[in-house]
Amino acid sequence: MTKIKEIQEEIIDEFLMFDDWMQKYEYMIDLGKSLPQIEEAKKTDDRLIKGCQSKVWLDAEYKDKKVIYTADSDAIITKGIIAILLRVFSNKTPQAILEANTDFIDKIGLKEHLSPTRANGLVSMIKQIKLYALAFQSKN
Amino acid sequence: MSLDVQKLRKQFPILDKKINGYPLVYFDNAATSQKPKVVVETLENFYYKYNANIHRGVHTLSQEATNLYEEARKTLQKHYTIKHPHEVIFTSGTTESINLVASSFTSLLEKGDEIIISQMEHHSNIVPWQLLCERTGAVLKVIPITKRGELILESYNQLLSNKTKLVAVSHVSNTLGTINPVKKIIYKAHQVGAAVLLDGAQAGMHLKPDLQKLDVDFYATSAHKMCGPTGVGMLYGKEKWLNKLPPYQGGGEMIKEVTFAKTTYADLPHKFEAGTPNIAGGIAFATAIDFLNEIGIETIYQHENKLLTYATEQLTQIEDIELYGTAKRKSAVLSFNLKNSHPFDVGTIIDKLGVAVRTGHHCTQPIMDYYNIPGTVRASFAFYNTVEEVDAFIKAVKKAKTMLS
Repeated sequence: MTKIKEIQEEIIDEFLMFDDWMQKYEYMIDLGKSLPQIEEAKKTDDRLIKGCQSKVWLDAEYKDKKVIYTADSDAIITKGIIAILLRVFSNKTPQAILEANTDFIDKIGLKEHLSPTRANGLVSMIKQIKLYALAFQSKN
Repeated sequence: MSLDVQKLRKQFPILDKKINGYPLVYFDNAATSQKPKVVVETLENFYYKYNANIHRGVHTLSQEATNLYEEARKTLQKHYTIKHPHEVIFTSGTTESINLVASSFTSLLEKGDEIIISQMEHHSNIVPWQLLCERTGAVLKVIPITKRGELILESYNQLLSNKTKLVAVSHVSNTLGTINPVKKIIYKAHQVGAAVLLDGAQAGMHLKPDLQKLDVDFYATSAHKMCGPTGVGMLYGKEKWLNKLPPYQGGGEMIKEVTFAKTTYADLPHKFEAGTPNIAGGIAFATAIDFLNEIGIETIYQHENKLLTYATEQLTQIEDIELYGTAKRKSAVLSFNLKNSHPFDVGTIIDKLGVAVRTGHHCTQPIMDYYNIPGTVRASFAFYNTVEEVDAFIKAVKKAKTMLS
């Protein structure tokens, strides 16, 4: 299993290849399109992360001591951001997820999505990802 | 008279800003307008030369500050053609103005009384009335809208009855741009003895209502949407209503005499102006109004209308554009979506190209529910915007469409 830190480094390297914002956003849009969607039946209000602008549904399962996340959004750029987050956090142990920091978001130039005005739920998404991990950890 | 936009833009240094390497195209004027130098200078000048608390000091400085503040009140009185200066209440903005009326109306309502609002209201003109209904047992009624975003007046007429105590509607819709037929609305309400409050937040920079001719009972507005500073606004109330309503907040300045047995309240307008107000803001509000009048509100309206017509033409030529709000009379607001794209995605990409618009529900969730959409992209124009900026905006939307499809 690749460590969270290593995946973050990989993503930072990938983003360094982009010359401008447009390539970066085109890449995120592509990521968003390729994100496996959450089942319609799972798009329930209790899985909804309330952001001001776009809706995000996040679900988590606990398998073989790892947390598997699935998520979806009604906005494509948000889906791209989710795809990046899932690549980092999904299929990891609760302990690793809880210990991970999120500095890489700043390093790939998506910090603006962390500001409260963006309200696209990135901050809430990370919080919810960690909350699921915490819940699974305390169950065991 | 046509506008010398390039000359006017020199009053707004922020318009020269670059965003992400592109010239800023500021099309979020319905959220807040930019501030001209004269307004900022008034603020600075007040703090450097006149700052003192008002209405209480015997010293010269306090009297000078008081004079400036009271002159500002008269500027607002004149601008809105209000009968008495004491019918102008300074507030922190439209939201507070509406809350003041809703709060003070509590003692005048009984269970079963009715308040009418409309489906196109901003949350600020919905929630205070819902709270008032909760306090009093009054019932909220809603005027529906058409697909074009116009009020259905037949439904309004049917909603009116002798139970109606208050009608609160927007003068101009912040999401759809619709200019409502407020004169008719007021006339009809008065026939059943109901008072009318107009939410004038979006009318500020584009229209110049004569409040006496309109015969409206309350008019709420904000300085920051008409070139003034944030945190200051106006509530106009007819004298007879303001005398009838109990005070909104208690504190200094709003009293005549205070003993522990009984307090008597100050005369209008001070009865509704508890505490030290936003003195510099109030004075700068008047500067903003003078600035707008110097250009001429009618001239402003014509210019913005030209931009709106041009932008609408250009935008609708793009395939897959869905417009929201196509009323016959509308102000310079263009709400739209790209089919199959979320407004957040469109807004994010065009921001990268320097274009500032608002995306989301614009604090009008009932409108979004009506059209069954999560939100819209809203471009709103001001007199300092140009045709070239509309072109940059259209180019940005086309780019977003390419990237998102």
